[in-house]
Amino acid sequence: MPFYVSPEQAMKDKADYARKGIARGRSGVVIQYEAGILFVAPNPSRALHKISEIYDRIAFAAVGRYNEYEILRKAGVRYADLTGYQYDRQDVTARGLANWYAQTLGSIFTDSPKPFEVEIVVAEVAEAPAEDQIYRITFDGSVNDEHGYVAMGGQAEAIAVVLKEQYTDDMTLEGALATAIAGLAAQANGDQMNINASQLEVAVLDRTRDHRTFRRLTGARLESLLSEVEQARAARQSSSKQTATKQAEAESPGEQAGDQPSSGSTEQGNAESAPGGDGDQGSGGSDS
Amino acid sequence: MGSDSNAGLMATAYLSAGTSSFSEFLTSAAPELLPGAGGVSVPSGLARELPHGTTIVAAAFNGGVVMAGDRRATAGNMISQRDIEKVYRSDEYSCIGISGVAGIGIDLVRLYQVELEHYEKLEGRALSLEGKANRLAGIVRANLGGAMQGLVVVPLFAGYDTDEGVGRIFSYDVAGGRYEEQRFYSIGSGSVFARGALKKLYTDGMEASAAVLACMQALYDAADDDAGTGGPDPTRRIWPIVVTVTADGYQRLSEEESGSYAESVLNERMAQPDGPTSTLRLPGTESQ
Repeated sequence: MPFYVSPEQAMKDKADYARKGIARGRSGVVIQYEAGILFVAPNPSRALHKISEIYDRIAFAAVGRYNEYEILRKAGVRYADLTGYQYDRQDVTARGLANWYAQTLGSIFTDSPKPFEVEIVVAEVAEAPAEDQIYRITFDGSVNDEHGYVAMGGQAEAIAVVLKEQYTDDMTLEGALATAIAGLAAQANGDQMNINASQLEVAVLDRTRDHRTFRRLTGARLESLLSEVEQARAARQSSSKQTATKQAEAESPGEQAGDQPSSGSTEQGNAESAPGGDGDQGSGGSDS
Repeated sequence: MGSDSNAGLMATAYLSAGTSSFSEFLTSAAPELLPGAGGVSVPSGLARELPHGTTIVAAAFNGGVVMAGDRRATAGNMISQRDIEKVYRSDEYSCIGISGVAGIGIDLVRLYQVELEHYEKLEGRALSLEGKANRLAGIVRANLGGAMQGLVVVPLFAGYDTDEGVGRIFSYDVAGGRYEEQRFYSIGSGSVFARGALKKLYTDGMEASAAVLACMQALYDAADDDAGTGGPDPTRRIWPIVVTVTADGYQRLSEEESGSYAESVLNERMAQPDGPTSTLRLPGTESQ
């Protein structure tokens, strides 16, 4: 390295690099509903998951480069299983895991020449919705404590606008899925997003289950849910044309930045507003 | 986990590519957490004074397998616990019972439970029943050093083979030898008497309830002749633990259900202390 690069410049370059990589992929949504927490991500692959089980009541969702978040996912499972084996199953918490991810991503960001191009969400379902925990961790290790819903990925801002508008406490599973799909549609540049069951990866942490609460929604179950969502949407559109136009306006992903991606950020790292309206929806290296 | 330098080491271990085996991960990252003597030499005579678990029986039935264990732990000539649990769920389609030094056995079961779940989460699919049985052999073999010093523990493993649609039983020796057993098997100090009883009571293709009753009779016979095995305890209402594994998964009989089987055996033995007898056919008489 013959030239001097100031630390500020080095950090900024790394952050820009990571942000660009994340923006190339598609976004994901995590949203609370009355009986649990719902995870939705556009993902045509059946085998390479963006959403995974970590522990009894904890799940993981990620966007960005597959090989990098897969490393983090495996590390999370190891962390959780070791903690649970050493102490007790109830001693494995999303807070502990989120802290571990934050430290790890933070040190990778500063120490290694190439930062991880990932953004992850760790969520834990509790007995009551008020005690649910959702943490969003970005490539540089900053943690956000989220409430209700969170969007991640390059176009998180645009999606969060729609989520904020449509989210209410104690939604049904169908309602939450409809909201998530409406949010994800906001990244598709106004085009009708493909909400085919084969194009979506959907999973829940089900509050009502004992022991392992994580369930993937696939096949017939997902198709029937999606058709309910579609019917409800069609009914709404025909009943109120005015609302529909308003919604379409909100769905166009302009630079409506300035709005925080979530309602309850407790700390915000050096993440600036991500570039909105990046049209690249291709499944490049950063998308599974 | 522990000191800072240790935390750094752990982070590297979590993030390494590694295998999908939790016990292999423990061996490399935190060997002190593995069950066993941990290299400490055990004075001769001490092992005998530690609590020991006794008899476990298992029998295949039409569409599944049943496993049952008595509730006694013995330390030398003392009863150290009256209501110990020695039969566990290992995952959705299998169960494990232990016999021998209880302290190591219980840790071995915990490790094995995490092992199966860990693999399932990392790989996105459960191990085959053969794979589960082989993995358990490796974990038993890892305790060979302890076993040489008298800390002997052997498991009995049974599960539902989702490919074949049958219940299967596997027994082990301290060196990790794995043997598939046909129809029924028993381990522990009362196993000789239990197996003798099962031999006379077992019929091929019997129904689940008949297999449960046969196991209950076998445990009664083991308790009848072996000082280490505890019989059903109607005064304290402590009944053997009985579990079944079928296509519907693992199920543990409730206290009431197990109690009703045990009480029917007890009532029968009031009139016939040696239990049911089989019909003897003299030479020359027509069979059937």
